[in-house]
Amino acid sequence: MQGPLIDTLVRQGVSRRTFLKYCATLASMMALPPTAGRAMAEAMAASRRPSVIWLPFQECTGCTESITRSHSPTIEGMIFDMISLDYQETLMAAAGFQAEEALHNAMKDNFGKYLLIIDGSIPLGVDGAYSCIAGRSNLDLLKDAAKGAAAIVAMGSCASYGGIPKANPNPTGAVSVSDIIKDKPIVNIPGCPPIPVVMTGVLAHYLTFGSLPELDDKGRPKAFYGETIHDRCYRRPFYDQGKFAKTFDDEGARNGWCLFELGCKGPVTYNACATTKWNGGTSWPVESGHGCLGCSEPDFWDAGSFYKALSTPANPLKLAATATVVGAAAGVAVSFANRAKKDAAKKAHQPVTLADLEK
Amino acid sequence: MNDLQFLTWVRGPGLDIAVGIFVLGVLWRLFEIYSLGRKPDLAAPRHADGASGLHTVFRRSLPPHGMLKRSPVSYIGGYIFHIGLAIVVFGFAPHILLVKNLTGVSWPGLPSQFVDLAAVVTMAAMVVVLFDRFNKPVKRFLSTFEDWFTWAVTFLPVLTGWMAVQHLLLPYTLMLALHILSVEILLVVLPFTKLFHVFTLFGSRWFNGKANAHKGVPV
Repeated sequence: MQGPLIDTLVRQGVSRRTFLKYCATLASMMALPPTAGRAMAEAMAASRRPSVIWLPFQECTGCTESITRSHSPTIEGMIFDMISLDYQETLMAAAGFQAEEALHNAMKDNFGKYLLIIDGSIPLGVDGAYSCIAGRSNLDLLKDAAKGAAAIVAMGSCASYGGIPKANPNPTGAVSVSDIIKDKPIVNIPGCPPIPVVMTGVLAHYLTFGSLPELDDKGRPKAFYGETIHDRCYRRPFYDQGKFAKTFDDEGARNGWCLFELGCKGPVTYNACATTKWNGGTSWPVESGHGCLGCSEPDFWDAGSFYKALSTPANPLKLAATATVVGAAAGVAVSFANRAKKDAAKKAHQPVTLADLEK
Repeated sequence: MNDLQFLTWVRGPGLDIAVGIFVLGVLWRLFEIYSLGRKPDLAAPRHADGASGLHTVFRRSLPPHGMLKRSPVSYIGGYIFHIGLAIVVFGFAPHILLVKNLTGVSWPGLPSQFVDLAAVVTMAAMVVVLFDRFNKPVKRFLSTFEDWFTWAVTFLPVLTGWMAVQHLLLPYTLMLALHILSVEILLVVLPFTKLFHVFTLFGSRWFNGKANAHKGVPV
């Protein structure tokens, strides 16, 4: 499968027109000017399979599942196939020594040019012994691979922010890619798992413009993480009308009312689920009747229960009972002190008689 | 600490501490104030029409004759922002949900656009009242640090809440966290400042009304 991308696509039955339409959609999705679609199409069509190295660290392979499965018959999937994925443990046929050799060759041959994709967090505890590949710790592998990378893509919430492995009490000392690598451009694509089109969008941007898209303060592409789930949610009008589902099986739930009271984290979650949806636009969590978990936000796992509304306490209040007792006791104690003071003043009071005045 | 961690803190330990201090302070001060007592008035009680504790509770809610003209901002502005605060605090669905979670009591919410309008009107009225306090020499002379401070801690929750809903200035998560934090500051401050009138307003009116009714004076 060597040669320009468009040739491969044509061989697979994708017309130039379809490809242009796809690029235009991608460009508009990323809020780029209309001309960018054409530029993107031209750049991508002519591109010669950039080398991509995908290193899996402390992860569950959910990110890979998401990318490879959810859209395999689409153009996105093909573009993903078209990159020269030189090392991806789950997808590659090679194993053991051969796999390691492929990694080393790709790093050596494309030094300074390859795109490094990381999924999973990096454990720092016990000298990184919690996760090793071919006898080397994830930390060691990451530092080594990052040296020759043109840019790094942190795929999924674990690579972006530490994710579930970092959840309290973080037994492995898990950290994110950006906690370790400071001297390379890093784009975070958080989500558990992230949305496939976000991945291809970032890749297309990189191929077209040779740079990473504009990022927000958490290192996420603004085009996809610029707005909250809540603001783009089709159930938003119900929130504004004060119509809420109270349980997962009441009338409100059946009528598709807002899931805020059931703990939806949509208001504080920046992601594109509400617009791009999942599984080729079939549905997405809120549409299927479950509130947003906030999986594309740092430390979402420790942000209180998934089923507690945002405006309610994250934990049960512990001090209120004690405060009631102490407050009442303090009030009563001060009352007695005041009474005692008054009584003392009364006792100390010396009546003034006429005789006193004539002294 | 990132935005979400900050929000989780103010929803968790922060809220716990604030509610704790609030409950402690309120009970302490209520016990103390209502146990103070006064010496019994040994004079024979006089009677006058409209002189009683209950009368005073209602009468003090209305401006005395001629005062509305002399000090319209205090009365009209005061009324607007107090009613506005009630609408915003007790009418907004997420607030009701918090009360329900803490006490089990709940009631239907108002449409968020209406609450939004009420918030804007409340803030406008509060700014006007503040300007009036600053502008009138007598009011300014009578104002102490506490007056400016309590205005600020009351205003900030409305401002941050409205800005969070409108997505102004800061990301929603951070603004929501700041909103909750500002409410927590209000909770901590409330029992120990003049804001305690939330609890003592009607009690003190009743007390003054009754004491004066004994002397045959409707106040």
